[in-house]
Parts: sequence; C-alpha cells; structure tokens
Amino acid sequence: MTLLLLIPLLPLASFLAVGLIGLFGGPWRNRGHYLAVPAAFAALLLSLIVCVQVMLGARLTADLYTWILSGTFHVSIGVQLDPLTAVMLVLVTLVSSLVHLYSIGYMRDDRGYDRFFAYLGLFTFSMVMLVLSNNFLQLYFFWEAVGLCSYLLIAHWYERRSACNAATKAFVVNRVGDFGFGLGILLIFTTFNALDYQTVFGMAPAATGITVNLLRPVSGVSGAHWDVGVVTLISLLLFAGAVGKSAQLPLHTWLPDAMEGPTPISALIHAATMVTAGVFLVARVSPLLSLSQTAMAVVATVGGATALFAATIALTQTDIKRIVAYSTVSQLGYMMMACGVGAFGAGIFHLLTHGAFKALLFLGCGSVIHALANEQNLRRMGGLRSRMPVTYLTFLAGVVALSGLPPFAGFFSKDEILWAVFQVPTVGAKLLWLVGLVTAGLTAFYAFRLFYTVFHGPSRVAPELAGHLHESPPVMTVPLMVLGLLSVSVGWIGLPEGEGGIGGFLSTVQGFTTGHRGGEGAVAHVVVVGLSVAAAVIGWAAAYVCYVKRPDLPAAWAARFTTLYELSFNKWYVDEVYDRLFVRPTVALARGLWRGVDVRIIDGVVNGIAATIRRWGQNVQAMQSGQLQHYALLMAFGLAMLVGMYLFW
Amino acid sequence: MVPLSYYLILSAIVFVIGLAGVLLRRNIVIILLSIELMLNAANINFVAFSHYAQTITGQIFVFFVMTVAAAEVAVGLAIVIALYRRRATLNVEELNLLKW
Repeated sequence: MTLLLLIPLLPLASFLAVGLIGLFGGPWRNRGHYLAVPAAFAALLLSLIVCVQVMLGARLTADLYTWILSGTFHVSIGVQLDPLTAVMLVLVTLVSSLVHLYSIGYMRDDRGYDRFFAYLGLFTFSMVMLVLSNNFLQLYFFWEAVGLCSYLLIAHWYERRSACNAATKAFVVNRVGDFGFGLGILLIFTTFNALDYQTVFGMAPAATGITVNLLRPVSGVSGAHWDVGVVTLISLLLFAGAVGKSAQLPLHTWLPDAMEGPTPISALIHAATMVTAGVFLVARVSPLLSLSQTAMAVVATVGGATALFAATIALTQTDIKRIVAYSTVSQLGYMMMACGVGAFGAGIFHLLTHGAFKALLFLGCGSVIHALANEQNLRRMGGLRSRMPVTYLTFLAGVVALSGLPPFAGFFSKDEILWAVFQVPTVGAKLLWLVGLVTAGLTAFYAFRLFYTVFHGPSRVAPELAGHLHESPPVMTVPLMVLGLLSVSVGWIGLPEGEGGIGGFLSTVQGFTTGHRGGEGAVAHVVVVGLSVAAAVIGWAAAYVCYVKRPDLPAAWAARFTTLYELSFNKWYVDEVYDRLFVRPTVALARGLWRGVDVRIIDGVVNGIAATIRRWGQNVQAMQSGQLQHYALLMAFGLAMLVGMYLFW
Repeated sequence: MVPLSYYLILSAIVFVIGLAGVLLRRNIVIILLSIELMLNAANINFVAFSHYAQTITGQIFVFFVMTVAAAEVAVGLAIVIALYRRRATLNVEELNLLKW
C-alpha cells in the first residue's frame, strides 16, 4: 500500500521541489532534472513492482481520507488497484520517465527549464491519481488537473501568441466535453446516491429499467415525453467527457493545435497518457456502459468515424508533428471502437502499444526538429537517414508498429480490435470493420509517407542547417531506443491470444468479460488478419511508390483530385465551421454584453448614482452661502416650524 | 384692566420687528440693535405675565435678561470693532467667509 501511494507522491514532491527551484533559482537553477528524473524512474520502478503484485493476484480498494461528509453524501479520496490500473500505471510512469530523460537534452538552454520539469511532475502526479481513483468525483478532479497541466505545458513558450491560443483552445474544447462529464456525474449521484465505483457498478444492473424524461420542463404544459434510460444517459454523458479528452470527433480540434507545445509534451500528454484518459474512462465504466446498447453503439461509431476522419487528414499535412497528432486521434478512434463493441481488453491493449510507438514517433520528430533548429515542415527535410542513424532506425520501428505490420506491436493490438469488431453480428459492425480496415491502409500510407519524406530521398534541408546536422545526444537517443525495442516487442504480451497474455490479465477487471469472444471460426480469423496485413502492405507500397520511386505522383494526384485534396489539407474545414457557428456568435454576444450591459447599464448605474449624489450635493451647497443673514433666516424658519408643530400637532 | 393679550401681542410685534431687522439690515451695528429689540420684547412678555399672575418671578427674570443683554452687547461690539479693523466694512453681506 505504501509503495502504491509513493507512485503519485514522488512526482508530486518533484513538482514542489523543482517548482521552488524554478521560482527562487540559486545554485540549483537549470539542474531541476537531478530531482525530477530520479523521482520519475523511482515511480516507474514502483509501478512495475505493483504490477507484478497485481499479476500475482493482489487487488485493493481503500479510502484514504474522508473528503466530503454531508448527511448521506459521502465522498472519500481513495485508491483502487486492479489489472487496468496496474497496466495504466506502468504506461504512464514509463513514458513519463523516458520523457523526463529526453527533456534533459531537448529542453537544454531553455529559459523555463525548471518550470518544465516541475509541470512534468505535476502532470505525472495528476495522471497517476486519475488512474488510481476509486470514485467519480476524484476522477473528475484529476481529470481537470491533467487538463490544467496540458494547458500549462502547451503554453510553455508563453511569449508566443499561437501557443497561448492553442492552450486556451485545448482547455475550452476539453471543457465542452467536461460539461457533459459533470452532468453525467450529477446524474450518477441522483440515481445511485453514491459516487464510488464499487457502489455504482454494484447497483447499476438494477437501474436499467429507470428512465429519465428529457422533456420534463415542458411536459406539464405540452404533455410531451422523451424517455431515455438513465444508464444510457449517464454513459453518453460520461462518454462526452471522453470525447473531449481523447480528441474524438467532434471535439478533436484542440489536439493538432496542441503541437505548439514542446515535443516531449506532445509525446507524453498528447500521445501516451492524457488523451488516453478518455479511453481509460470508457474502460473503467465498462460495467455501466455495457448495460446500454445505445451508448455502446455510439461509442463504437464515434470511434470508427474519428479513426477514418483523422487518417484522411494526415495524408496531406506537411508539419511532421501534425501528421503524428492526427495519427493519434485516429488511433484513439480505434480504441474507442474496440470499447464500443465490448472488447475493452483489446482497446486497452492497443492503448499500451500505441503509447509505446506513438511516444517514439513524437520523440523521433523531436530529435529531427532539434537537429534542424526547430524546422517542422517536411518539405524542408529529406535524406536525414545518413546523418541521424539512431533516430532513423527507431523511427522506422515506430512507423512499422503504427502501420500494423507483424511482428511489431501495433499489429497484435490492431488485429485484436478489428477481429473483435468483425465478430459482432450486426451490419453496422461489419461496416465499422471495413472502416477500420481502410483506415489501417491509410495509416500505413501516411506513416511511410512521413518516414520517406523525412529520412529518404534528396535533402531539401536549408543549406545553413545542413552542415550542422547531427545525431541527437544520448539522453535523447536512449529513450528512443527503449521505445523502439518496446514497439517491436510489447505486442507479444498479447500472446497467446484470447485468454492468455494480457487479454487474460485484463479479463479479470470488472466489466471486461463482456464482448463477443469466440464468434466466427478460425478460418474467418485468418482471413481477417490477412486482410489487415494486406491493407497495411498496400499502404506501405503506395507510399513507397509515391515518395521514393516516383515523387512526381503526389503532386499529380493532388492536381487531379483538388476538392478532396483541399478538404484533406484544410482538415475538412472543421475549425472554420466551428468558428462561424460557435466562436463568432459567442464573441459577438460577449462584445454586445460588454458594451450594452457592462458599460452602459452597470457602469451607467454606478456612475449615475455618483453623479446624482454629486448634483444633490451641489444643490445643497447653495445653503452655505456664507451670508450671516441667510443662516439667521434658516434659524428663524426652524423656530417657526417648532412652534407650529407644538401648537397644531 | 388691560387684557393680557394686548401686552402679548405688543411683545410679539416688537419681536417680529426685531427679527426683521436682524434678517434684513446690512449694518452690523443695526443688527445688534435689533437683537436688543428682540430681547426687550421678551422682557415685556415676562413683565406682563408677572403682573397678571401676581407673582414677582417674572420681573426678577427681567434683571437676568438685561444683564445677559449687556454682556452680549459688550462682546458683540468688541467683535464688530475687530472685524472693522480687519475689513473696514460694516456691511454684513461682505462678511461671507463662513462657508465651505
């Protein structure tokens, strides 16, 4: 138990200590990593120990501190330990440690060096506590905390206008989702009168019959009714939070812009950990979610749609980090799709493997960016293979893993998802499977497109940078190599498929045992797997043709299919639509309220009162003329009044 | 017997004349004079009541009033003289510094 509690506390201590260094400086300035990095690795070590204990059967649910006690409303700060938590802990602490190490090299000479490490510690603490929570309120609290850290870290270079805007956008878009999440938690409370997982999940099956009339405000007058199952409603509202946090359609717009932040942040927060909190949430509430067919269908559909949508955009982007960002959105879609069909274990498995290879890809991009003095446009790269061999090889590992080619990690997890989706007997599920298959092909294509344009071919690097180009220092390449190894191997924990390996480990998590295991036969399985691999190979081959053999092809096709190209390149104009639909009216409303209400009415009233009183004062001032006889007259008048009152009242 | 009310009315009239003088005249000395007039109107009142109530108290009080009037005139004229030395005017409208 103590070991478990140290896992979040070490990063928290790191945050506090390094934060103080950052504030007060002194001889420790720019040496914050001496505290932060060991703390992170210690947390990793403890997570591994805890995970082994869980594998040997340890489970834990404990309330540590009574937070709110009001009548029957009881909320505690507590922890819960089960396979899902253990797995997430290892992922979070592993990527966090590697990013800590990497940042020593990447953020060297940065003005906010200590601040960066402090916020990394805060983030790690928040994410670990989020994963360890045993009730919804604590989860929500740390959910917001990781959002805060994301905001702080995206705007790390806060003198840049674009970075501040991106951070605000991330927070606001997340908030939209969190609004739904908050409503969901309220609904949980009013339905179950408790907020801790055990109670809610225990009572959930009994609540499937309860409905909520969504048209209640107008029912009295119009008699209109729209009854929705309360479990469905709760699930959908909680999913709204996941949509925001995991950048699913339609709340995905913040993630590409979040690339304004330093690349280690993109690797940690926007690839491996924070964005996976949404998937974690969906998996965590699986006992509740799987009771509602509607909600599951929504989750799966949103996931599939997002996967395809984001992949189409990644095909044409020129900023290397954006390509990887859209890839993240797309892969998160896969995870949601898996959860939506009940294969929560597969979704989490993909979360793990994705965490490895996506963090790798981001850190690899960071290595390239660092070597090219902050160049991020792949039109100005090329031929880096010879100058940056370690980055080249590890990046290749990441790309192959992302494409889902065996025996790399991505293959096993993606295949499990596609197989699980295929097994669902409905037509819609088959359609989703097809979407997943096509997306896999697109994924391979854009992944290798990125790879070939950056590392192969003639060098388009600016001449003044070309001479200085060199491989990154070991603090940066060692994490790349570790992640590279993981990208190759971590998929193997999924074997033997089904009940062994990680599948078996996760199947003991509450709610994970539903799903359509063992549907169609072995032949169908081989065919499905074969198709996935074929899609990946086709994608790779197309990229090879387009970017190595005949580099003139992409431009030619872009010219042929201009509409599609424009749609893809401009992210399907979603940001522009949101701008017209939401941003401009809100800004106009705000401006109207400011001018009309705040300035005219409120300031008017306050200033008006002051002006009126001043006018009265000026009128009364006339009484003080300084003329003796005026004063005497007033006295006489007062006297007459007194006498009159005495006589006549 | 002259009715009491005649004396009271006389006293009132004299008082009002004095009051009018205080409020309307510009010369400070005249204002002081008018104040004296008001005091004497009060004296008439006291004596009238003393006579009609057949008690000596009213007339005794007149002594007090006169004493106070004398003291007050002394002080008032001293102030007027000090003011005149400063401002060389007896016009009360020009003495208007007692304001905000």
